[in-house]
Amino acid sequence: MIDDSLWNWKHVWAALPDMLVAFVKVTLLVTFAGSLIAAVLGLVIALIRRSSPKPISAIVTFVMNFVRMTPLVVQLLFVYYAVPSLPGLAVGIIVFGVHYATFMAEVYRAGIESVPKGQWEATTALSMSPARTWIAVIIPQAVRATVPALGNYVISMFKETPFLVTIAVIDMVGAAQKYGGVHFRFTEVFVSAGILFLIASYPTSVLIGRLEKRLAY
Amino acid sequence: MPTESDPLGELGLHTGAVELADGEIPAIRFENVVKQYGSNTVLDGLNFTVRKGDRVTLIGPSGSGKTTILRLVMTLEDSTDGYIFIDGQPLTHIEKDGRRIVLKDKYRFEMRKRIGMVFQQFNLFPNMTVLENIIEAPVHVLGHSKADAITRAHELLEQVGLPDKAKAHPTSLSGGQQQRVAIARCLAMDPEIMLLDEVTSALDPEVVGEVLGILRNIAATTDVTMLIVTHEMQFARDVSNRVLMFDAGRIVEEGSPAEIFDNPQEERTQAFLSAVS
Repeated sequence: MIDDSLWNWKHVWAALPDMLVAFVKVTLLVTFAGSLIAAVLGLVIALIRRSSPKPISAIVTFVMNFVRMTPLVVQLLFVYYAVPSLPGLAVGIIVFGVHYATFMAEVYRAGIESVPKGQWEATTALSMSPARTWIAVIIPQAVRATVPALGNYVISMFKETPFLVTIAVIDMVGAAQKYGGVHFRFTEVFVSAGILFLIASYPTSVLIGRLEKRLAY
Repeated sequence: MPTESDPLGELGLHTGAVELADGEIPAIRFENVVKQYGSNTVLDGLNFTVRKGDRVTLIGPSGSGKTTILRLVMTLEDSTDGYIFIDGQPLTHIEKDGRRIVLKDKYRFEMRKRIGMVFQQFNLFPNMTVLENIIEAPVHVLGHSKADAITRAHELLEQVGLPDKAKAHPTSLSGGQQQRVAIARCLAMDPEIMLLDEVTSALDPEVVGEVLGILRNIAATTDVTMLIVTHEMQFARDVSNRVLMFDAGRIVEEGSPAEIFDNPQEERTQAFLSAVS
């Protein structure tokens, strides 16, 4: 018998377990690990661009702009096929991390520039070393100024994880598509996927808001 | 002596020189110091000497180069030409075979440790507590133990009248309180030379007195050399033993506070003093 109803809850419940497993194992993993790489690498890029000799910072800037100006999907496919020994999930984490690092680097740059000149002068007046100046004074203040923007990038990274399907990594949306393909029911699973993203994004933005408040002084 | 650029021989009349005892090494000496920003010459061959333990106030209209002098001593900026000596040792440049050579960062770092500065805008680190602000440099620059630094910080907070603010964050303090913490932070480094750059200019009038009172107390109880830029003429009169009047990067007149404030000789000094009082 053909089920030609517009909506059948049976398919939601049937698809949900696989989707949730994929959500935790792929979507969340790639978002968290990718964000971590992006946050740290982004800072490193920002610091190199600011404090290294011209040739090095010029090379870093070029690579950064190159990554920023090519689509994420192209990068995913390129790395996936160029380095066949890497499993898809690792490719996803690395590419998401590096891609977003280039954006976060720009955020950090703005954050570093937002630290008033007087702060730098105070570190000089106290004879603080360059390393201590960065670690104790500049980075804490720069990062605080950048939390909202960094948070937005984490959320947009989270929402772009379905691109992992292009390199055969089954994330939540991939799991939904798979179920839909087998049962020829797409409405229920994609609506569910959308709602899951919404449900997960909201606490993330609340968390970032809290973090912002905690970092305020 | 009259020259082409100085037909009356007046320039350089007040050279900021002081009589030094035999073998006495001055705390600060400027030799023909030039500072230019692009084509704008702020200091033009400035010479002056500050003896150890002196409290020298620099007065003059804005743009006359007073703050620039403090910034050069603090090595926040480099001079364009000339030499600065701290306790007889070159600060940033030396003359070698007739050429002016920049000294290495490591050397400058050692020299800088002997000098402290209090800023107009306080410049406390907002991401640290008051206590952390004060112990940061003693621990990480001078290598003091954290326990010693904390003990000393509490003493200093007592001295500046903020014994209960150690755990507070700078942003929760008033301007006057922040400036007092900044003074404590500067003193924690035990500087030989203290530079005070318009330390009350950003404060509400009613708290200026408390900050100046603390500085008066420091002046009275220590032998730290002070170089002060201020518009508080009464403070300059109370604290300093020498006043240098600047205009356009040159010393126009110099003398004791009584000489400068009560009996200024130069027209520009008279005009300036009547404008600020």
